[in-house]
Amino acid sequence: MLTPSHFTAVLLFALCASVVFGITMRETPPRMFRYGLYCFLLFVGSAVVLSWGMYLIAR
Amino acid sequence: MNSTSNAVKTSPQPGFVYLPLIVGWLVPGAGHFLVRKWGRGALLALAILSMFVLGIAMQGKVYSSAHDILDILGLVGDLGSGLLYIVSRVLGLGADSVQVTTADYGTRFIVVAGLLNVIAAVDAHNLRTGRKPS
Repeated sequence: MLTPSHFTAVLLFALCASVVFGITMRETPPRMFRYGLYCFLLFVGSAVVLSWGMYLIAR
Repeated sequence: MNSTSNAVKTSPQPGFVYLPLIVGWLVPGAGHFLVRKWGRGALLALAILSMFVLGIAMQGKVYSSAHDILDILGLVGDLGSGLLYIVSRVLGLGADSVQVTTADYGTRFIVVAGLLNVIAAVDAHNLRTGRKPS
């Protein structure tokens, strides 16, 4: 059984979803790459920000 | 002149336009292979297959029946994986119930893999009809 850490799971999820979003939402390869990278950073960045938010609320 | 060339570029090809949609739903990335987008199809197949396999490896739940609204939504998401869902059900892959946290992640991975596959299949259909130029 695969047991990744929470952050590793976020990275894997963000990577796979960003590849699909990048390819399907844009028309040219450079724009696909940029949009995929943008989605990846948003996925990971929002997870980090929300995690810190929950941590601070729980204290 | 310019509008004419655009019209030629985006004019639909003859044949069954829903074939990339159906094939893309059944096999991740195959819809793009049908419209000769080999690189995109390979990347989509890799991303969606990886997500599904990771979900199974995390002992995620593969929905088989729906008792409430959340189960129905999960089942709909899983069905988006096409043949992957059928194969996993036949082989008895995945967990019947979620026991640990990573299995809950795995369940989401499997559902989202199905949803992403539907997006990819629709994209292949748009390429086929000319709604998406390239």
